[in-house]
Amino acid sequence: MLNPQLKLNPKIFNTDVEQVPIRQGFGEGLLKLGEINPNVVALCADLTESTKMNLFTKKYPERFVQIGVAEQNLAGVASGMAAMGKIPFISSYAMFSPGRNWEQIRTTITYNNRPVKIAGSHAGISVGPDGGTHQAIEDIAITRVLPRMIVLSPCDSIEAKKATIAAADTGTPVYIRLAREKTPVMTTEETPFQIGKAWIAWIPDIGLADVGIIATGALLHKAIVAAKELEAEGIKTKVLNLATIKPLDSEAIVALAKETKAIVTVEEHQINGGMGSAVAECLAQNYPVPQEFIGVKDEYGQSGTPAELIELYGMGVSHIKEAVKKVLLRK
Amino acid sequence: MDLTDEKIKELEIQANDIRQTIIEALLEAGSGHTAGPLGMADIFTLFYFHVLRHDPKNPAWPERDRLVLSNGHICPVLYATMCYAGYAPVEEYKTTLRKLGSKFQGHPHREWFPALETSSGPLGAGLSQAVGMAIADRMDHGRSYDRYIYCFMSDGELDAGASWEAAMLAGKEKLRNLIAIIDRNNIQIEGFTEDIMPLESLRAKWEAFNWHVIEANGHNFEDLNDAITEAKAVFEKPTVIIAHTIPGKGVREFERDFHWHGTPPNKEQAVMALNELRTLGGKIKSEHE
Repeated sequence: MLNPQLKLNPKIFNTDVEQVPIRQGFGEGLLKLGEINPNVVALCADLTESTKMNLFTKKYPERFVQIGVAEQNLAGVASGMAAMGKIPFISSYAMFSPGRNWEQIRTTITYNNRPVKIAGSHAGISVGPDGGTHQAIEDIAITRVLPRMIVLSPCDSIEAKKATIAAADTGTPVYIRLAREKTPVMTTEETPFQIGKAWIAWIPDIGLADVGIIATGALLHKAIVAAKELEAEGIKTKVLNLATIKPLDSEAIVALAKETKAIVTVEEHQINGGMGSAVAECLAQNYPVPQEFIGVKDEYGQSGTPAELIELYGMGVSHIKEAVKKVLLRK
Repeated sequence: MDLTDEKIKELEIQANDIRQTIIEALLEAGSGHTAGPLGMADIFTLFYFHVLRHDPKNPAWPERDRLVLSNGHICPVLYATMCYAGYAPVEEYKTTLRKLGSKFQGHPHREWFPALETSSGPLGAGLSQAVGMAIADRMDHGRSYDRYIYCFMSDGELDAGASWEAAMLAGKEKLRNLIAIIDRNNIQIEGFTEDIMPLESLRAKWEAFNWHVIEANGHNFEDLNDAITEAKAVFEKPTVIIAHTIPGKGVREFERDFHWHGTPPNKEQAVMALNELRTLGGKIKSEHE
């Protein structure tokens, strides 16, 4: 059942559950920050509408810098503004920021220790028809490897809004991963959010869970649906929402591994170097258990509808269920 | 601010001391860059001892000007000048450059030496940061505020496209509070700039990006000082000063030779170089002879 303490959206399993793009939450969060924190400024590489930064730029044009299609400069200019006391939020497609400008982020933001907040929209394969060039499925790997970088991957628009507002106050560089596609709204305003704290969205009706599922981003919805279907088949699971990929909530992950002795990770990202890898690094050091990985298997995406792509690349509900059954046999 | 003859004499002596200290530090380090630091010694001296509004006793003073060194590999001259200005002991620099735990990392890192404005090394990234500082300062203080963001760049790093992304934005934003200085020494690590990747017409390129362009003799304090005064008088554009310098300046054997870009002197070469600097190229006798 859904964890009753979290006040999740009761319509989560309905076909008419509200669907909102995660990037919308970023836009609303940034707009809110404009009101509550005068040091927050925004910079964009010609994609304010796509990244929903336009909500901020319309209201606070004097605190916005249009950089043009120049993501390397985007990172460096933001670093310079942070050096003067600003809290810059930069946005583009994740493929270009932190993709194209990774070295500028490393040198001028993380090595330099400047509190720039990087919003990467259109992350994941569900970008859809634009095709593989625009589907960032490496961004978790290249951001979590950077010292000082906090990596956030919210599951829906409401969590994205909370993550964006929280990011302003960390005093560190932050990467916020955002999806383009409309995504089921799973949380509510009352659902807790804290950087570095994971929460368990789904729990068995009674007793301990057989398998722990750890999901990040919009695929949390598929993980919860899979958990519900598995329960009907007699397999008890817990589903952990890992909205902060770095710093990792090791305590919650190890506790889940201790209870279940089997883990499945679910992410819309390359398996290599992604959230599942981060979980495996944690468990290998603390409490090794069998683990199955749902994600992209060392290949690139292509054009298609988001639903088609998620199925074709093995990240659908049926794939999660198969992985759970497979890991059960490895216990 | 005008330069008196007396001040110019002072700066000349200071720049010579800085060059000697660079040679000593590089010899002790056993690696590092020689040509660029010697070539930029006069410009750094002018800035830290005449142009910059700064306070070595209070490096974080909010009202200070900002100096961003984009081509971090010439940090031996940045460090030496800052030490003489009072940011750290000269002796510490001479003995720890590029060594474990040193303030004076092989390329600048502001966490090891907090008086630095930025960490740098990877080329083509400094101007972006300086542009960001200039935009932020204008947001806070308006267009007439009398504080300047200076960015020192190499000519070789203009091969990097990111430099031009930043130049384009500065032109668009008409950042009058931004003054870039290009060390036009015509060399880069593998050869002469015009052989590796031609930069000329450099003036026309910057003008096309909507910058005010001044060319100056990078070894003439008065000429450089006039250029800065002119830059501050320009209101609608950022200014770039193309400073013509001689790489390795002060040691004839090193001058204009790109092989000295990334090589330190050995003991014998250092003795020769120090002797040349101490005797002002043989014009006077040195007590060290």
